[in-house]
Amino acid sequence: MEDFHIASIIVSTIRNAPVLMFAAMAGLFAERSGVVDIGLEGKILASAFVSAAVAYSTQNPWYGIAAGIAVSVALAMVQAFVAINQKGNQLVCGIAINIAMSGLTFVLAQFFFQQGGRTPDLGGARMADVVLPGTAAMENIPFIGWLYGHVIGNQSVLVYLAFLLVPIVHWTLYHSRFGLRLRACGENPHAADAAGVSVERTRYLAMLVAGVLCSFSGAYLAIVQSGFFLRDMSAGAGYLALTALVFGNWRPLYTVLGCLMFGMFGAIQIQLEGVDLPVVGRIPGSLIQMIPYVVTVVVLAGLMAKSVAPKAIGKPFVKSR
Amino acid sequence: MKKTELPRWATGFVLPILNLLSALVIAGFVIHLLGESPLESLEILVDSAIVNPEGLAYTMFYASTFIFTGLAVSIAMQAGLFNIGAEGQMYVGGLGLTLAMLAFDASLSPWLLIPAGMIGAALFGAAWAFLPGYLQAKRGSHVVVTTIMFNFIAASLMNYLILKMIPVGEQNPASRVFSSAAELPLLTSWFPVLGDTPLNICFLLAIVALVIYGLAVWRSSWGYKLRATGLNAHAAHYAGVKISRTIIVTMLVSGALAGLASVNSILGSTHYLSLNFPAGAGFIGIAIALMGRQNPVGIFLSSVLFGALIQGGFDLSLEKPNIPQETFIFIQGLIILFCGAMEHFYAPALLKLINLTGKKAA
Repeated sequence: MEDFHIASIIVSTIRNAPVLMFAAMAGLFAERSGVVDIGLEGKILASAFVSAAVAYSTQNPWYGIAAGIAVSVALAMVQAFVAINQKGNQLVCGIAINIAMSGLTFVLAQFFFQQGGRTPDLGGARMADVVLPGTAAMENIPFIGWLYGHVIGNQSVLVYLAFLLVPIVHWTLYHSRFGLRLRACGENPHAADAAGVSVERTRYLAMLVAGVLCSFSGAYLAIVQSGFFLRDMSAGAGYLALTALVFGNWRPLYTVLGCLMFGMFGAIQIQLEGVDLPVVGRIPGSLIQMIPYVVTVVVLAGLMAKSVAPKAIGKPFVKSR
Repeated sequence: MKKTELPRWATGFVLPILNLLSALVIAGFVIHLLGESPLESLEILVDSAIVNPEGLAYTMFYASTFIFTGLAVSIAMQAGLFNIGAEGQMYVGGLGLTLAMLAFDASLSPWLLIPAGMIGAALFGAAWAFLPGYLQAKRGSHVVVTTIMFNFIAASLMNYLILKMIPVGEQNPASRVFSSAAELPLLTSWFPVLGDTPLNICFLLAIVALVIYGLAVWRSSWGYKLRATGLNAHAAHYAGVKISRTIIVTMLVSGALAGLASVNSILGSTHYLSLNFPAGAGFIGIAIALMGRQNPVGIFLSSVLFGALIQGGFDLSLEKPNIPQETFIFIQGLIILFCGAMEHFYAPALLKLINLTGKKAA
């Protein structure tokens, strides 16, 4: 048990969570407006590839992030078009995007970089961590030095953005006019429509926000956490984010707790690899890989009955005459 | 008279073709961007998958697997369930098949061994679909997310189990090769023109399965309950249909069909269980079910189309390295998008056209 460090679990939890937090916040906007977002996975993957490829070729992570936003928003607009104009099946559309992006990102990565669906290591184009002022001075103070230098400090800008988003999303959802309209469209679009709110416009706006937020998830994955793009690297993060939404009952603060929980499971998972545990012994790596997915099923099975989804979720809005 | 609804031939035939063409046009555009000629690629594809008799046999071989996964997704869709888990169910079904083979392939004759393998595949596939079905019926956990999770779990679990099955002294992550009693009768023994290809009796079994599916869904009381649940669960409930029971049974049947898809892949070709043998056939089943509109003839035609895309795509990727096999995963996604999510995209225009020509005729 000596290899089991609480400190490194905490640090890697904070580093794992933003992928899920951005995606879950994106899903929150989409689903609170009444559009199911199964396509988070595909948007994460697409923005991860595009931001890694652009960051590598321009050697500037910010261009990468900008390109990631563009692609993720474009995909979100396809979803919005299907959900709002076509009144089509939103689940099918999301799955289509996920499958299409899984194929297309590989094809393009292979075409541009010829490394088996991987981009080259970003090296200098990887986003640097922020070193807070005074880190060196506090290094020697026990606990506080570690807390300041390695938990609060020494993180990427995107990590700060992820945690900063939580109060912003909370405020937007519950205290702004847009948030009120958004929730109305997700719960009772006909009432919103009768009150003069354009359901179409609100849902398009919600999908726009979802596209932007989701792109950060992919960008973080590729140009902060890994430093490269790898085929199918999202590995179900989009679905875990959706589960965090269910866990958090579609409320921002609780959803983030769900994301942190999944982030912690990921951190423990890495710690468990190759460690001899008491009683069970060494758990094979392939079984450890299952943990987040099993946890997801357990969470869904245990909480779904208590969790209340937005009422109009997944239903196309047809204006009543 | 002005028509407000499209006639059946238009929704059942013209719209799917227009949707398919849209997906292929976008795919062609991407191939063009990759610096290859779409028309030349299409020519290579058609040549390799349809014109060449051996290629055609391979197309039919892949189609036999896809018919089963397409049926698995379709039957769930009839009950309003979107089963994304055919991939995992087929993978685990392959485990059931393999366990039956490893246990009996030295003792049983082919006449008993192959049915035993099929039962194993169907049972394991159904078992893998049971929990998502149960959770949907009893706990309301959405079957889409749970089946996706079960795909991931199946991949890790099989990874672990297959590593345990590697015979001593072997490196390849696969089980031992089954005895010759487990080989399925090949169709080439009756039609030598097909050449040395793995096309086997699974193709005939798949057609039988299509017929049974058609009869079960449209000509049996169970099928009636199934469709009632899919169309309006509340109304079905008031009519006395046990909704949760129908959901669970449908998922079991769906999983069993997905499990049976492994028979063609394993007993028809490799004769051993290997890592990631479904190779996306379960996801192709989703595209087939949507494109074929869950209709037996539609499922058959879409399966043959996907068989051709896989077979032709393989040869295409050898000739044109810029168009790897993964291109067809992208095309599959496009087909799901156009045939599934935007199926009525061309309906208003088509309706206008029909009304216009109708006026002229009158």
